[in-house]
Amino acid sequence: MSDIENKIYDIIVEKTGVNRGKLRRDAILGDLNISSLDFVEILFSVEETFDIEVPYNANTQDQDFKTLGDIISAVETLVTERD
Amino acid sequence: MRRVVVTGMGVVSAIGTGVDQYREAIAGAKGGIGPIETISTERLTVRTAAEVKGFDPAAHFTQTELTALDRFSQFALVAAREAMASSGLTMDETLAPRAACIVGSGAGGQLTIEEGFRRLYEEGKHRVPPLTVPRYMSSAAVSQVSMALGLKGPSFGVSSACATATHAIGLGFQMVRGGLADVAVVGGAEAPLSMGCIKSWEALRVVSKDTCRPFCKDRTGMVLGEGAGIFVLETLDAARRRGAPILAEVIGFGMSADAGDLLSPSPEGAARAVRAALDDAAIAPEVVTYVNAHGTGTAANDGAETKAIHQVFGAHAPTLMVSSTKSFHGHALGASGAIELVATVMAVHDGLVAPTLNFTTPDPECDLDYVPNDPRHEQVDVALSNSFAFGGLNAVLAVRRFAG
Repeated sequence: MSDIENKIYDIIVEKTGVNRGKLRRDAILGDLNISSLDFVEILFSVEETFDIEVPYNANTQDQDFKTLGDIISAVETLVTERD
Repeated sequence: MRRVVVTGMGVVSAIGTGVDQYREAIAGAKGGIGPIETISTERLTVRTAAEVKGFDPAAHFTQTELTALDRFSQFALVAAREAMASSGLTMDETLAPRAACIVGSGAGGQLTIEEGFRRLYEEGKHRVPPLTVPRYMSSAAVSQVSMALGLKGPSFGVSSACATATHAIGLGFQMVRGGLADVAVVGGAEAPLSMGCIKSWEALRVVSKDTCRPFCKDRTGMVLGEGAGIFVLETLDAARRRGAPILAEVIGFGMSADAGDLLSPSPEGAARAVRAALDDAAIAPEVVTYVNAHGTGTAANDGAETKAIHQVFGAHAPTLMVSSTKSFHGHALGASGAIELVATVMAVHDGLVAPTLNFTTPDPECDLDYVPNDPRHEQVDVALSNSFAFGGLNAVLAVRRFAG
């Protein structure tokens, strides 16, 4: 597990209290019962932690992120671009 | 109970300062959403808004007056002067104590707060301008309007986020109807286009970077707006006695709370407010022909609002014209209900039904007649104006064409 993946899971656990054992790259966001409010809080923490800007609009969320892997990959790309 | 009519209105919005400009924009299907120009967008990801263009404070106020006026109060005053002038009403010693003033704001003088606090935190200054508090208090606008027009009856601001102005207008309507006041100057004002405020909306991830497309399948969110709408309400008897112009009759006001989710609207809560407005007006749903929707252009609102309309109107729903003028003037938050009531009054008074602009692809979840892109010229006898706020606070007004 990459450091980025690990940190993202830390943030999700902190914001939602979800069981960490359920967090895998192929886990579907909808199945984790993460509310839209929790999700924007998670993105805020991710952006602050990695000093990046994640393009995300709640109105088009289905097109953007379906699984945790989608988020992790997006963050990895943004972190690479930042450096 | 006394019948209540609208005898004056004034508006400041992205599609016009003044009712005539506003009407022209609606009739010409010309929206006011565009690139933000009043502040630097360098650090913003949202760079689109519905700004009040070409608003020159010096054209409306002296320098001394401006010292005490945040932009939201300036908007309120300009709209209030227009409303009062168009009603032809003059205050005298008998009427003034019977004249209520209820003007709401979602957040008050945000530009004043930000500028004052920026000096403290960023520049390390030790003081803020002396009128910071009376400029930023959310009741600043209502105080300024009351003072400017000499309204000495019940006066206060209300605050319910995006439903603020509708609550303010509804309360004034009830006061005049019930006899607590003979005149009510009512509405809402908001000037939220500041760096901090736009950043706050960015953080919620509900703002479109493109434009506002209410009820469309490819809608990408709301667009912030600013402005004010102010109305003069009085009894039908008094309006008749003085030969005042009667723009519409206010016949009902309904309120409800979702008591559910902070941000996600409930169709049931919205439906209860619409029903309450119809019940208050003692009318059947079938007499309504136009609904000025809350229609923010977000995924959450537009589906829920459509469901609410189906719940209330049943088989009549498909025959309704439902449009969101936020596609013209953006979402002016605490002012939006008032700016939208201007369009609603125009529907019953002028037979001008505002379209929903920027309409592209229909959304299967939003299956009503949203008056896409082109205005219609039709007689509207009864119209509703919906406002549903974050925090689940709902308010709906019903107005009727006044036929004499």
